[in-house]
Amino acid sequence: MNLTLKKGVIIFGGKETDLILDNFINGIISSDIDFSNAIIIGIKNGGVPLAGLIKNAVFNRLGIDCKIGYIDMTLYRDDPFAVKKSGYSTDLTFDINDKEILLVDDVINSGRTVRASIDEIFDFGRPRKIKLAVFVDKEGRELPICADFIGKKIKAEKQEIIKVNITSKKKFVEKI
Amino acid sequence: MSFQKKDLISIKDLSASDINYFVETAKEFKKIFLKDIKKVPTLRGKTVVNIFYEPSTRTRSSFEIAQKRLSADSLSISISQSSVAKGESLKDTVLNLDAMKPDAFIIRHSESGAAHFISKLTKASVINAGDGINEHPTQCLIDIMTVAEEKKDLSSLKVAIIGDICHSRVARSDIYGFSKLGADIYLYAPHSLLPRLTEHKNKKIVIAKSIEEAVKDADVVIMLRIQKERASYYFIPSIEEYRNFFKLTPELLSLADKKVMVLHPGPVNRDVEISGSIINDNRTHIFKQVENGVAVRMACLYILMGYQKIHG
Repeated sequence: MNLTLKKGVIIFGGKETDLILDNFINGIISSDIDFSNAIIIGIKNGGVPLAGLIKNAVFNRLGIDCKIGYIDMTLYRDDPFAVKKSGYSTDLTFDINDKEILLVDDVINSGRTVRASIDEIFDFGRPRKIKLAVFVDKEGRELPICADFIGKKIKAEKQEIIKVNITSKKKFVEKI
Repeated sequence: MSFQKKDLISIKDLSASDINYFVETAKEFKKIFLKDIKKVPTLRGKTVVNIFYEPSTRTRSSFEIAQKRLSADSLSISISQSSVAKGESLKDTVLNLDAMKPDAFIIRHSESGAAHFISKLTKASVINAGDGINEHPTQCLIDIMTVAEEKKDLSSLKVAIIGDICHSRVARSDIYGFSKLGADIYLYAPHSLLPRLTEHKNKKIVIAKSIEEAVKDADVVIMLRIQKERASYYFIPSIEEYRNFFKLTPELLSLADKKVMVLHPGPVNRDVEISGSIINDNRTHIFKQVENGVAVRMACLYILMGYQKIHG
């Protein structure tokens, strides 16, 4: 077995990341989403910090303190045992009926994660609408799903993994 | 981490980290109960057969609910309505059911070792729902989960187990499980109903000399009933005498730690092994145990099916 760790290639970083992030969040805030009736849901784990950033931006610019929830869609996967897990869980402790939901993830690729997440959301109630925001669109969709808000489109091979790091001081997106 | 066995037969087969893995997974499944639709599609297309050779209310219904909440197709064999009543052996019953290609068997049987025996006959996963006086591993996981929800460090606990320990598969599994996690175990029962625990001589398991010694400063008190179906009444002079010496009363419970948790695997014989007033006390967690039962059984099915998917 080859144990050498693959080195990632930085696709963009530093100020470029900040700029893309700002445009991404601006696009969301200036959209037709009624944030006074909205819930932001981050898909675990990559969507969690992004959902937090969007919530803060909405509060700072619109003065609205949106509710925030998290989805772990492992039990709704179309290959439920491909990933063994314990310790993460969905956290939606409020009524989502008739709410506008902004579903947030860091990367979209096949679209299967989003499909599973939407299925899980509907087990909590019937939202008025769901909008999808992804920071990186890696293309290669296997389902008819497209995002409403995209930070940046990136071309990559199927086996290549896109890693988004926006939590540390040095923000960057890399391809491994 | 993942559990690397197709069956759950005995707590002895689980390491401390395995136990924690099952409990942590069960805690996640418990959150599904809060949803509008208490169901996930995870075990869609999987078939689970429940064979209960002994009566059961809680275990059987919670296994069935667990299967439904995971979207598995489940089938419960009622022994009195099956060919067992015509004299079919356990082996033949299982081999015939196995020919229908189920993915898991849940088995309760009056013979110790029945679940282990079946696990060798089938490639499907087998979960022991109680075998004779041997083990009841899912009840042990329930008890550990119930305690872990209230107490942070299980290794520092004093756990008292009182009642018909000799005939209790729950007691056996609880002794193995709690001692693996480092708790001190105090056992108290009439001498005729105490087991021989030779393999646990070196561990922190104490046979208490009085019920007061067992209960004093205990963090958890697990009460067990006298098992009529295993002729336990022949091991004691009378129910009245048992009541006088082995019943948990409010006065006795006041000797325990202030935050003591009272558990009972059910069914309860009110005012025989436990005072009726304690059952309704907020220190008693019987209904929490039942609630956690569904989550634990969901976790067991999920973990074993996951193993089958990858290694089966």
